[in-house]
Amino acid sequence: MRSKAEDSRRLAAFFQGEIARLATRPVRLMEVCGTHTVAIFKAGIRQLLPEAVELVSGPGCPVCVTPNGYLDTAVAYSRRGDVIIATFGDMLRVPGSSSSLAAEQARGADIRIVYSPLDSLAIAAAAPAKKVIFLAVGFETTAPTAAATVLAAEQAGLENFYVLSAHKLVPPALRALLTAGGARVDGFLLPGHVSAIIGEAPYRFLAEEFAVPGVIAGFEPLDVLQAVYLLVKQIAAGEATLANQYRRVVPPDGNPAARAVLDKVYEEADAAWRGIGVIPASGLAVRDAYRRFDAPAALPVEAEETRDHPGCRCGGVLRGEVRPAECPLFGKACTPERPVGSCMVSVEGTCAAWYKYGAGRWQA
Amino acid sequence: MCLAVPAKIIDRQDMMATVEVSGVTRRVSMMLLPDAKVGDYVLVHAGFAIQTVDEEEARRTLELLEELAGHEE
Amino acid sequence: MRDERILLAHGSGGKLSHELVAQVMLPAFANPALDVLHDGARVEAGGAKLAFTTDSYVVKPLFFAGGDIGKLAVCGTVNDLAVSGAVPLYLSAGFIIEEGFPVADLRRIVASMRAAAAEAAVAIVTGDTKVVEKGAVDGIYINTAGIGAVMAGTDISPLNARPGQDVILSGPVGDHAVAVMAGRHGLELPATVASDCAPLGGMLKAVLTAVPSVAVLRDPTRGGLATTLNEIAVQANVGIMVDEAAIPVRPEVRAVCDILGFDPLYLANEGKVIIFVESLHSEKVIAVLRSHPYGREARVIGRVAAAPAGQVGLRTGIGGVRLLDMLVGDQLPRIC
Repeated sequence: MRSKAEDSRRLAAFFQGEIARLATRPVRLMEVCGTHTVAIFKAGIRQLLPEAVELVSGPGCPVCVTPNGYLDTAVAYSRRGDVIIATFGDMLRVPGSSSSLAAEQARGADIRIVYSPLDSLAIAAAAPAKKVIFLAVGFETTAPTAAATVLAAEQAGLENFYVLSAHKLVPPALRALLTAGGARVDGFLLPGHVSAIIGEAPYRFLAEEFAVPGVIAGFEPLDVLQAVYLLVKQIAAGEATLANQYRRVVPPDGNPAARAVLDKVYEEADAAWRGIGVIPASGLAVRDAYRRFDAPAALPVEAEETRDHPGCRCGGVLRGEVRPAECPLFGKACTPERPVGSCMVSVEGTCAAWYKYGAGRWQA
Repeated sequence: MCLAVPAKIIDRQDMMATVEVSGVTRRVSMMLLPDAKVGDYVLVHAGFAIQTVDEEEARRTLELLEELAGHEE
Repeated sequence: MRDERILLAHGSGGKLSHELVAQVMLPAFANPALDVLHDGARVEAGGAKLAFTTDSYVVKPLFFAGGDIGKLAVCGTVNDLAVSGAVPLYLSAGFIIEEGFPVADLRRIVASMRAAAAEAAVAIVTGDTKVVEKGAVDGIYINTAGIGAVMAGTDISPLNARPGQDVILSGPVGDHAVAVMAGRHGLELPATVASDCAPLGGMLKAVLTAVPSVAVLRDPTRGGLATTLNEIAVQANVGIMVDEAAIPVRPEVRAVCDILGFDPLYLANEGKVIIFVESLHSEKVIAVLRSHPYGREARVIGRVAAAPAGQVGLRTGIGGVRLLDMLVGDQLPRIC
C-alpha cells in the first residue's frame, strides 16, 4: 500500500503536468482569500506551476483591507482606562496612523486575545465595571460569529459588551476589482469558507457579466492545485463558468441559518477598503435595534487624524496590481518585525507571505 | 481569510456542543448550525460550527482525484 | 530602537529577540565566549574546560501536563549545558516569589526540581530567594544557572555545520508549547499530550561517547525547530534543507495548531535535540537516540548544503520547496 504522502505527491504531480499542458498562454489567476495565499506559499505551490501561470493575491485578508482609521479608533478605545479590548490575534500588531494595539498593550492597555468572539462575553461577565469592546473584523465567514455573539450578549443581559465592526463582503469587492480592470484577472480562486456561508449564487456575475471563470476552492494543497487546474482548463477551452471544487463543505445555498443570524444584527452598508476606497454595499453596519452594542454609537471616542504612510503600496498590492517586491518599502523600511503597511503584518498578508516564504520560489 | 477545521460533534447540549479533532476537544456554539447532530462532522471557525462537512462528498472528491491521476499512469 | 518599548514579542525567541540581543546586549558585553552565541558559553577555569549557562523561567500556568516551572527550570539549564557538549554538574537556583504565594505550591515546585536534578545527576549547590510585592511578579519566577564539564575530544558549535551533514531530530515537535497553552483557549487535550520537558544530559552523553565527531547540538526551545535551524544556518553560513514529511508532529498537536492557526515548526520544545553529523555516522547516532526513552522517534529530517547560505528550505508534503523563515512576533490565535 502506498503512503498518504506518496499519494499526495502523485496527485500533485498529475495536476502539475496537466496545468503545464493546458497553460499555453500566460494567465493571471487571483486567489481572493488570504488563507489561500498562505496555503499556496506554505505548500510551495508556485514552485509546481509553470511560468505561464501567475498567481496574484486579492483583497481577501480582513486585517489588510481594514483602513487605518479603524485601527486608530481601536487604539483610542484601548487608551481609555475603563475599556478592555478583545481581539483575534491577527489585529494585535497592525499599525494604525501612529500606534498599534501591541504598542498600547506595552504601555498598559488591557488587550485580550480571544479565539472566539464568545470568549469576550466571559471577559465582560467577569469585569462588570469595564466596557469590553470586541474588534469585529472579517468576511462573511466571521461576521455571523460576531452577530451570534451580539445575540448571546443580549440573551445574557450583558450591558458592558460592544463590537467595533469592520466586517466586509467579498462579492462587491470582486465586482469593484473587475469594474476597475487594473488587476487583469483571467480567473478567480474563490474563498471556500466564505462560500460555506454565502453559497454559490453571489459569484454568478463573474462569469455572466464579466466572462471570468471562478472556482470555489478548499485549502488543502491538493484542493488548490485542483482548482488551478479547473481554471486553466476553462481558460484553455475559452469557457467561463462558476465551479465548486469544495463541495464537501460548500453546498450550493451555503448556510441560510448563519445568514439569518447575520441579517438580524447587521445590515449592508458602504465600506472603506484600504487601497480600494469606498465600495458600495460592501460592509456591514449594526442595525438600529442593536445600537447599544455598537461601540461607535454607544461609546463615542475621538481618534487621532488618520495618516497613511506615503511610500506604502498596500493599496496596489490588495488590488492585485502591484507585486510586493515592486513596493519601495518592501523588505527595507517594511518588514514583518516592523511593518509599515497592513499587508506586511497579517500572517496572511500578501507582503508578509512573500517575505516569509521568500517570494514563493526557492533559489537554490 | 478564514481558518476553519473539520471536527466531530461528540456531545450537544442546547446551543453548545463539544467537538473533537484528533482527541483535542473544545466547546463550540451551534447558533449558526442549529440542526447538526452528535456524530456529524462540522467546520469550526472562531468557536462556532459554521457548516456540515459532507463525508460522502469528501470521499467522492478523493475517488475522483484517484481516477483522474490513475489515467496518467 | 531608540524610541521603542519592549514588546512581548521581544521575548518570544524570534527575530525581535535576536535584534534586542544584537543591538542592546552584545555591544555592551562583547567577548569571545559570548560572541559564539551558543546555548551555553564555553570557558576555561584552572585548566578545566567548562560550559556555563543561565536561563529564567516565567511559564504560565505554573503546573501543566508533563511538568511544572520547577522541572522546566532544571531541565532547561541542564539541556543548555548538554547541547554545549558538556556533562552538566552544578546548578544555582534563584526564586522571585510574589507575596501571598502558597507555600504548598512552592514545596511542590521544589520537589519537582529535586526529582529532575536527581535524574539529570546535577546538584543544586547555591541559591537565592526574593519576595516581591503582590502584582510585581505573577506567582513565581525561577532563574537557574549551570556549570558542566566539556566532554574531552568533542567540539560542539553551531559554527561547525558543514555541507553534507545530516540533520537529525530526536522526536516530535510542539508538545511542550501545546501542553502549556491549550488551556488558555478553552481547548482540552487528551492524556496523550504532555510537555516533553526532560533532562537530555544522559542521552547526549551517550551520543557523544558513541560519536565524538558530532558537529552541532541544539535544543529547539523558544521559536521552535524553524528558528533554531535558521540560527544555525546564519551562524555557519550554510543552507539547510529539511523534509516536511520527515518531521514528526503528533496528530493532537497538529489539531491544536489547525484550530488556533499555529505552525508546529515554531512551537517551543523542552526535551528535543537537533543533531548535525556527517551522514556516515547518522545511523549510529539514531541508534543511540532510539535506545533512550527521550529519543525513540529520532530520525534524519534534512541535510546541510552550501547554498543558499544562511537560509533554511522546506520540501513540502506535495513536493514543493519553500523558505522556512525564523519566527516573527508571537504565535497568537488567529482567524485567518
